[in-house]
Formats: sequence, C-alpha cells, structure tokens
Amino acid sequence: MAYSSKVIDHYENPRNVGSMPKTDPNVGTGLVGAPECGDVMKLQVKVNPETGVIDDAKFKTFGCGSAIASSSLATEWLKGKTVDEALAIKNTDIVTELSLPPVKIHCSVLAEDAIKAAITDYKKKQQATAGKSVEERAPQPTV
Amino acid sequence: MTIKLPIYMDYHATTPVDPRVLEVMVPYFTTHFGNAASRNHPFGWEAEEAVEKARKQIADLIGANAKEIVFTSGATESDNLAIKGVAEMYREKGNHIITCVTEHKAVIDTCKRLEKDGYRVTYLSVQKDGLIRLDELRNAITDKTILITIMTANNEIGVMQPIAQIGAIAKEKGVLFHTDAVQAVGKVPFNVNDLKVDMASISAHKMYGPKGVGALYVRRRNPRVLLAPIIDGGGHERGMRSGTLNVPGIVGFGKAAELCKQEMAVEGERLRKLRDRLDDRLHKGLDEIYINGSTEHRLPHNLNISFAYVEGESLLMGINDVAVSSGSACTSASLEPSYVLKALGAGDDLAHSSIRFGLGRWSTDEEVDYVADKLINVVTRLREMSPLYELAKEGVDLSTMQWQTD
Repeated sequence: MAYSSKVIDHYENPRNVGSMPKTDPNVGTGLVGAPECGDVMKLQVKVNPETGVIDDAKFKTFGCGSAIASSSLATEWLKGKTVDEALAIKNTDIVTELSLPPVKIHCSVLAEDAIKAAITDYKKKQQATAGKSVEERAPQPTV
Repeated sequence: MTIKLPIYMDYHATTPVDPRVLEVMVPYFTTHFGNAASRNHPFGWEAEEAVEKARKQIADLIGANAKEIVFTSGATESDNLAIKGVAEMYREKGNHIITCVTEHKAVIDTCKRLEKDGYRVTYLSVQKDGLIRLDELRNAITDKTILITIMTANNEIGVMQPIAQIGAIAKEKGVLFHTDAVQAVGKVPFNVNDLKVDMASISAHKMYGPKGVGALYVRRRNPRVLLAPIIDGGGHERGMRSGTLNVPGIVGFGKAAELCKQEMAVEGERLRKLRDRLDDRLHKGLDEIYINGSTEHRLPHNLNISFAYVEGESLLMGINDVAVSSGSACTSASLEPSYVLKALGAGDDLAHSSIRFGLGRWSTDEEVDYVADKLINVVTRLREMSPLYELAKEGVDLSTMQWQTD
C-alpha cells in the first residue's frame, strides 16, 4: 500500500496527540470505531465558553496510517473554528487533502464521526450546566 | 557489520534461491534443454536423468522412494491433486473428508469446492495453542471418511500439528492421510514412514529452490494410494500429472532438498536461537505482547506476536524497511483479520495487532537486533497515541466496552 506524502507526514509527525480532562465542562470528547474493526478514534475539543471558538483539539487513534492522519488533520482544522463551523467539516474534505485511496475512505468517515461525537458531547455538557443553574436544587441528570 | 536494508524477515512467504541451487539449474535452461519425455535422443535422456536424480534427492529428504514423488507446479497444485484426486478415486467408498480450520487456503478452498459437488467436509477446530484435538479427530471419522488432510506446520503461526499421532489414527481407521508439509519439509525432520503419511505436499521455493515447482509424495505401498489426475494430457508422472516437466526447476528443487538434508540440524538450531533472541528482546522492551500459538510445538524459525493496543498496518508502516507479514488486512473492504488467529480465539483486536516473523538462511543477529529495537520504538510511540492503551491503563476492561459502530 502506497501512502501519500501527507499521510506519511501526519503518521510520522502527528499533530495534537494527547488528552484533555473528560470532566471539564468546556471539553467535548468523541470516541468512535471499534477495536475489532481495526480503528478507534478519540477526539477532543476544548471550547472557549465566551466566544464559542475551539481553542484546542487533541486526538488519540488506534488504526492504520490513514486513520492516524485523518484524525491528526481533523485536530489541525478544528482549532480556531466555531462549533458550527466544525460541524461543517466533511469527510470528503479529508479524503481530498490526504489523497486517500477508496479503501481508506472509511478512515475519513470515522474522523468526521469523531468530530460530530465530540461536539455533541460538548453541547450536552453545556445544556446540563445551563439546566443546573436554572433549577439549582433539581436532581443531577445522569450523563 | 553494517546492515543492508530492507531486511527480509518473511521466509514463510518465500525464500531466495540458494546460489548453489541456481548454479546447478543454469545448464538446464540452455545446453541441457531437452524434454524429459523425449525417449529417443540424448537431449531427452540427459533431461530425464537429471529429473530422476532430483526425484531421488527429494525422496531422500522425506524418507520416501523416488517413485513416490510426483512433480507439480507448486504446493497449491499438490494440495488440489491430493484432495480432488482422492475424492474422485474413492467416491464409491465414501464422500467424507476431514480437515481443519487453520489450513492453508489451497486446502480449505479445495474442500469447499468439493462440498459443492456433494462431498461432506468436517473442519476441525483448534485449541488456543493452534493444535487440533485428537479425540475430536477420532470422533469425526465415519465409515464414509475417505481422507484426512491436516497441515504439518502452519504458515502463519508455525504451529506443528501432531502428525505422527494423526497418521496412526488414520492408519488404524483405514483412512488416507494427506498433509500440507510446505512449511516443515527441509526445516525440521520429516519422514513419511515414521509419520505414517500417505500424501505430502511440498514446495521448492519455501526451501531455497525456485518458484513454480513442487511435489506431491504419493505412497505406493501399505497402502498404495490411487489418484485421479486433475490435469489430463500426455500421461506424465505415472499418469497423475500430465505436462512437460519443468526440468531446470526440478533440478533446482532436488539440489535445494539435498542442501536442506545436509544442513537442517545446524541451520534449525541456529534459527531457533535467533528466533529466541528476537522474542527475548521484544519481551524485555515491551509489555503486553503475546505469542500466537504453541511455543512448544512450533517451527524453530517462526515467531508470531500480537502487540496489544496498536494496529498492525500502522505498525508495518513504522517498520517499512523490514519485510514481515501482518495478520491484519485493513486494506480489504471487509476488514477481516487473519482467520488463523481468529480460530485460536484471539480477539479481533489482537488479530489486527499481529506480526509474523519468518527467519531463514541469511538472517543474522544484527538484523534481529535492528528489527527488535525498531519495533520497540514504534510500538511505544503508537501506544502513546492509542486510545485503547490509555483506556487500559485507566483500568477500563476493553472487552466489556460498548463501541459505537455503524
């Protein structure tokens, strides 16, 4: 399997590898894929509550070189975007940027899923905190 | 000593032709080019003499009589000939064949084809160590069973089945016994009479001979095995395999067999030490790595390891100057990991994380050290970016997690 130079670059020098605290209300975490399929991605975004802009993004990926590159690229793109702009990132953008061959398109789909999952998680947390401030004594929703 | 890159550590896939083998082959392409079936001139006689010498060299390696060696194009053909040949010839006696789930595709797919033609096939399961259970084999035999086909050594995990015991059971029950012995012959002692094997498939290119030539050992006495040919034509090879013989290939095959017979004991011991060196280094440098298959009943030059929490293809990408094979096939649409590893009951994740190392005649200490060091670095780096490793270190049991899949 021949990899594009961009995939090799992300594989050899992955951007933004790491983790942020899952319990931080401003951090959204997405964990997608399954070990038996050979791909698992964890993608996290940290959103500035004042501006709604993604200040930081981190990933960890178990998967082939294209999966690592797709998630690494996604974190690069996420930084500086608003939550809504982030949701507009499409897997096809990743395919084009990394010149992924057809057998590796599922890697880009997984990266898009990871972005969506992270942002959904962030939004859920925001709603939970908003709800809490209104009904201060109400029982905690189970997250 | 400097290392020449890339390093070849995939000797189960194929082996280079030994220069001593090539040397004896060359004249049979040019000056001694005769057809071994030409009975009325010296060109033919010369070719026939060379073929008969090679037949004897191969027979000597496996303790057979030269007349019991049938030349083929390779072990895939040998497996097809043995299984289909018996199936057709013994159709009136029965229609049941016994094999095993970890066999090479040349055996499994041949059996599957026969199933479409009305034969019944039992695929024996294997235990965690890759070995079949002899009581399961015994229980599977019926009065309709005409053939047992079980490989001697597995091509992925190097596990060696109890061939002598299987041979004894087959003999006791009066069932023919074929073994795909491709990975074992020339590497470990293999004697058709000690093992009570009726047919054995072997291949030249797995033992430092050329590609495109193989053989099927077919027992002539106690019992005399009869095979229906799968290729019709001029009636070469006692009618079992028509087609002009590949004389230079066969000459090389013979020489390769002779060299293996002479050098097997020393070479096997050297490779065992080298394999253990690789294994030791990897185990010292990394935690949570697992050897697939029995370490006791195993070819001396094979190592198959799963590196937990890292995916096989990304692992291979990190060691791209080392030629090895991975149990993962993420490139295929089906994302199917190795069926052999799955049969051992290793989780799919561990099957995706496996590498097969095959050492051989030109493997060195320096190469082993280079590969071990490089792997330790790459696995460590990939684990640092593996969400599975992180979860496991947090104490999460990955097997009980709910994964989001489509």
